[in-house]
Amino acid sequence: MSAIAFPVPDAAIMARRPAILAGLAKLVAPEALITHEDELRPYESDALTAFRKLPLAVALPSTTEEVAAVMRFCSQAGVPVVPRGSGTSLVGGATPQEDAVVIGVSKMNRIIEIDYANRTAKVQAGVTNLAITAAVMAGGFFYAPDPSSQLACSIGGNIAMNSGGAHCLKYGVTTNNVLGLKMVLLNGEIIEIGGDHLDSAGYDLLGLMIGSEGQLGIVTEATVRILRAAEGARPVLFGFPKPELAGAAVAAIIGAGIIPVAMEYMDKMAIAICEDFAHAGYPMDAEALLIIEVEGSEQEMDDQLVRIIEIARKHGVTTIKESKSAMETAAIWKGRKSAFGATGKIADYICMDGTIPTGRLPEVLTKIDELVKHYGLRVANVFHAGDGNLHPLVLYNINDPVERQKAEDCGLDILRLCVEVGGCLTGEHGVGVEKRDLMPVQFAKCDLDQQMRVRAVFDPKWLLNPAKVFPLEGRIAA
Amino acid sequence: MTLFTPRTEAEAAQIIADLALTKQTVTIQGGATRAGIGRPNQTEATISTVRLTGVTLHEPAELVISARGGATVSEVEATLAAKNQMLPFEPTDHRTLFGTRGEPSIGGVVAGNHSGPRRIQAGACRDSLIGVRIVNGRGEAIKSGGRVMKNVTGLDLAKLVTGSWGTLGLLTEVTFKVLPRPERTVTLLLKGLSDERAVAALSAALGSPFEPSAAAHLPAGLGKPLARTILRLEGFSISLDYRMGAFRRLLASYGELTLLEGEDSSRLWRGVRDCEFLAEPMDAAIWRISTAPTRAPAMVATITAAVPGARWFYDWGGGLIWLAMPATGDAASATVRAAVASGGGHATLIRAPRDLRASLDVFQPLGPLQMVTAGIKTGFDPSGIFEPGRMYAGM
Repeated sequence: MSAIAFPVPDAAIMARRPAILAGLAKLVAPEALITHEDELRPYESDALTAFRKLPLAVALPSTTEEVAAVMRFCSQAGVPVVPRGSGTSLVGGATPQEDAVVIGVSKMNRIIEIDYANRTAKVQAGVTNLAITAAVMAGGFFYAPDPSSQLACSIGGNIAMNSGGAHCLKYGVTTNNVLGLKMVLLNGEIIEIGGDHLDSAGYDLLGLMIGSEGQLGIVTEATVRILRAAEGARPVLFGFPKPELAGAAVAAIIGAGIIPVAMEYMDKMAIAICEDFAHAGYPMDAEALLIIEVEGSEQEMDDQLVRIIEIARKHGVTTIKESKSAMETAAIWKGRKSAFGATGKIADYICMDGTIPTGRLPEVLTKIDELVKHYGLRVANVFHAGDGNLHPLVLYNINDPVERQKAEDCGLDILRLCVEVGGCLTGEHGVGVEKRDLMPVQFAKCDLDQQMRVRAVFDPKWLLNPAKVFPLEGRIAA
Repeated sequence: MTLFTPRTEAEAAQIIADLALTKQTVTIQGGATRAGIGRPNQTEATISTVRLTGVTLHEPAELVISARGGATVSEVEATLAAKNQMLPFEPTDHRTLFGTRGEPSIGGVVAGNHSGPRRIQAGACRDSLIGVRIVNGRGEAIKSGGRVMKNVTGLDLAKLVTGSWGTLGLLTEVTFKVLPRPERTVTLLLKGLSDERAVAALSAALGSPFEPSAAAHLPAGLGKPLARTILRLEGFSISLDYRMGAFRRLLASYGELTLLEGEDSSRLWRGVRDCEFLAEPMDAAIWRISTAPTRAPAMVATITAAVPGARWFYDWGGGLIWLAMPATGDAASATVRAAVASGGGHATLIRAPRDLRASLDVFQPLGPLQMVTAGIKTGFDPSGIFEPGRMYAGM
């Protein structure tokens, strides 16, 4: 990934650093402006740690008006801005650059209003994903999208990347769960889109903003839908002797008209890694594992499980293990949601995030296996089986430059494969820096041009998160 | 007026490129069953999708369907029904409301983001739509999204063109995620509630773990002498038995629940979906307001106090208000706009005589979003050939 280029930092901007810092100092409180190298260090990367750049400064505004003031100042001064939530992006969505000011929303972490009757919550952008659920849990509600990083990631970051999670098979991703935004445009203008009602007026600007990766503005507040939690939820482990059988079982469950709230797949290596970490009771003898979660009343869950188990039996399931307690449920999900972290304990890895048509699953798994063997590497596969969103983790040793290059090449080959079979480069992590240069694999020039013409409405000079999403060559300005 | 009926996307692209070159304005027409929505405009050409038809992909096990923009909604729905599936968002059919004939096209559904009662549970058209192909105002055939469920690659232009009423481009192909049809559907009915009590009951139901798939309130005099507050449950039979019991307990203080099933139930929800209760008299103006459910009754009270003869009902748990009012004067536009400005939400004048639609804001005025909206329009359609003025005057 070291091959991915950043624009050469603008020496003229870097030379103006003292004046820029002085200007920023007038706009935010002293403790909200980070300029010292040691204190800038934590902001030099996000969770894609292969890229590290020290920004000019980091501003941590406390209000929408402060964000607006900093944005206006930066745009007038021609200084690039990199928005940042909690810095958990796996694709470099928040990777800074040397000539940019990072605007972080972490201090804006207040729940503004909870409206149970209308089933909405209004929150500031720095609130963590899980904090929304925590705030409404007393009323029996939850916020549905649940990325694995939900303990740390911010709703502002979720909105920027249109984050998903394990339970979006039933509840959808971020864009299906946000009703309104307050945001700051590059020129400092504050706009509101949507509200606490369904479907905003005019062009679907909400749909445009969500997943725009911090390229169109900075979200400071969001009104999200909250849902009443089901009476109960029960994950069940299904071990299969062959990956194809697990894949066919998933198709048959959907074909039978059953949409479980989650269907997660793990291969043998992922099972071993996660079991070692979480002791969730995963079947170690299985070649493939499905975690299928059903919800509802006890009776409803029993009924759904009878149907699912019958289908699984027809597909040669060898282990069936139902969660018997809240503790077991927690352990089962801890194992799955720690898959990346647990893998990181045994090796360095590159995490891919392509989506494929689920019907191509057996073929794609075989081809991924071949690709990985071709490069002489190992892979652990975890993915959201119901929606075809794959997360192959390609294992390598970061201290071996040759192996690192092989891993990077292998990851790119896997993503090309996803696009070839009718899928896409990224299902929920975003493009960021990581997949930027692969965009022409999925999109024709005119597709990207149209996206950039929309982008140019908001940022004609490419100042907002400029090194991301679109290849550096062939960019369209106003 | 020239009429074009391209057979392929390439042909459509060529036609549009030629029109753009000479800056000839163009109307985009699907089934023309909703041609009366929006500001009236006069264009030099019409492109009809009548020959751009057919379902192009249906993978039942992957819950995905694609069709060309001119495919009829009935063809798409029949294809899905053959595999016991359905479009999640329950597209509205405006033929009764407008007294039109012909077949609504699937492209027209996307162009208007036409979503029915299941919107509250399964999302709007924009939520089910996972991919589009469009021809933009440069005559370029472009794609956004694709055929997989989860896709965050690049800007989501598919959402942007949903509900853009043909002003950004010609939809040549649309792809949706779909759902299995429920094994059983039942409707639970409460009688005689005031609007406020009804919305409170619906909020209690929607805030319960028992997942209604639709929730509406029909005030007294709308088809029946007594007000009807209705909830729809869909799913496996055994689950519905349980949930009906749960709702009887949950809503006991609102009265006794009556059960409707079969054609009685589906006819009622079709009526809600298509706003059939307000279709007659045909010369009444129809407003559609989206707001937060609990604020809806007060908003309706404010509006109807100022407008004698208004009739109305609520869908989406109260959050969608349909209002029929005399199409005299400004069709109560000033009253509606003021009520929405203070109560929050947005209002569309769905049906009104042509001269009223020409002189009033049909869609919610843009306010501070004017610049951004105009910029996006230009970004797709630099010559301004698509449906000029259909949504906003001068755009």
